Amino acid sequence: MNQFQYVRPTQQRTAITAVAKDPNATFIAGGTNLVDLMKRGVMTPQKLVDINRLPLTKIEHQKNSLRIGALALNATVANHQLVRERHPLLAQALNAGASAQLRNMATVGGNLLQRTRCPYFYDVTLPCNKRQPGSGCGALEGINRMHAIFGFSDKCIAVHPSDMSVALAALDATVLVSGPKGDRSIAFADLHRLPGDAPEKDTTLEPGELITAVEVPDGHFTRYVSYYKVRERASYAFALVSVAAALDLDGDNIVAARLAMGGVAHKPWRLAAAEQHLIGKPATEASFRQAADVAMQGAKAFKHNEYKLKLAPNTIVQALKTAAAA
Amino acid sequence: MATNPETDLPPTNHDEARRSFLRQSSLLTALALVPGPVVHAASAELDETVAAAFEKMPLKLEINGKKYKFSVEPRTTLLDLLREQLHLTGTKKGCDYGQCGACTVHVDGQRVNSCLSFAVMHEGKKITTIEGLADGDKLHPMQEAFVKHDGFQCGYCTPGQIMSAVACVREGHADSEAEIREYMSGNICRCGAYANIVAAIQEVKQGGQKV
Repeated sequence: MNQFQYVRPTQQRTAITAVAKDPNATFIAGGTNLVDLMKRGVMTPQKLVDINRLPLTKIEHQKNSLRIGALALNATVANHQLVRERHPLLAQALNAGASAQLRNMATVGGNLLQRTRCPYFYDVTLPCNKRQPGSGCGALEGINRMHAIFGFSDKCIAVHPSDMSVALAALDATVLVSGPKGDRSIAFADLHRLPGDAPEKDTTLEPGELITAVEVPDGHFTRYVSYYKVRERASYAFALVSVAAALDLDGDNIVAARLAMGGVAHKPWRLAAAEQHLIGKPATEASFRQAADVAMQGAKAFKHNEYKLKLAPNTIVQALKTAAAA
Repeated sequence: MATNPETDLPPTNHDEARRSFLRQSSLLTALALVPGPVVHAASAELDETVAAAFEKMPLKLEINGKKYKFSVEPRTTLLDLLREQLHLTGTKKGCDYGQCGACTVHVDGQRVNSCLSFAVMHEGKKITTIEGLADGDKLHPMQEAFVKHDGFQCGYCTPGQIMSAVACVREGHADSEAEIREYMSGNICRCGAYANIVAAIQEVKQGGQKV
């Protein structure tokens, strides 16, 4: 691993300035992704700014939303009473991710900012536009069974690996950030980018901007929810496809619906048209199948991930059935 | 290297450290005099050696109930500190990328992958490794249960399995076989002793002893 300078500021402003003024500096919180990437030489920061001394761990209800500090651990959030009561979909998604040990280390902010698990990104001997802009996309004509079916470009077909982000996308969360130019809030859908011509940029954060909290608005999705994750072993694996489904039911009638998919795009993939389709329909398998067909419009597979064109709609149906039966 | 008289570790040999520093300094000087591409290749090769000449940081930790002071490079992982500097080799290096769980230790009572965190990030914390689990000569109930149920074959993953299993019971995630399997999924056993590991955890949980 490369050498680096290590600093541990106690003031948020100091931490932000340290990263903003040095293009080779980066924040570190749980480190579960960054340390891995540094060991492999994928990321080679010259300075690490450890933010664990900043007071950003609080989870509290404020006005109309649940505010979750960026340094709250994944395990803490998943087990927190307010999260389990108000946003069980988020708790389910968190517990579907990683392992108990990693959830004890990984933070909310870091979870949002984890890098893709595309093997071409991880192997420094192979081309990857995300790791080394201009070097080409190894996955495009390579082994692409884990890759995107929506929103990709000819520069990058990688997918975002976070489970928590899929739930937060469905729940219309807001991301609070603080940076050298001050504070701002970002709608969850606008935090992560599609690859386009600049796959090296995962998010819309500016240099030195630090995620300080995530706000999840109060809602009616406290019962009929399901985070349904399909992977290659029963636990502790990244999603092939995952679906966050939330319903508000009046008897059998769907009053409101939220749907987002993971493992299919460069960002959590919100299924707005399918949500619209469900409103006013009965909560039956037939309605869910129609919604899944709507959701899959525009999907396109590569050589090795054609299975996702069947797996994704089936997972949507299964998630909705599980949610409706909850 | 540990430098604390509070511990029973041998003190740092300062002469040795100084000699080593001088060797590395002259190596760096020599590197500075050769053409760029050659240096680049050489520094990639010699990275680990050259690094020892760079800045170290003070670090205080309590490990298995004993207080230690260290001077470490920031890039030293908690796993490497335990194994290479304290010679607590019970904690295993399996994958070194957070995928296998062999390096599981407790930090302030919580199980973590020691390979995926830098030691300096744990300043002031309490670390428990497999060596700190037994009470003198008396094995921890989880250790006894693993022996009784043959919760291993080759044994390489076992320290991580046991540290994780203790945490699993303490967290309240050992109420059923399915729950145990889910909450132990971060510990891989290539011999496939899973059935016996689950049986050991169930026995400890049902025995109701303090873990």
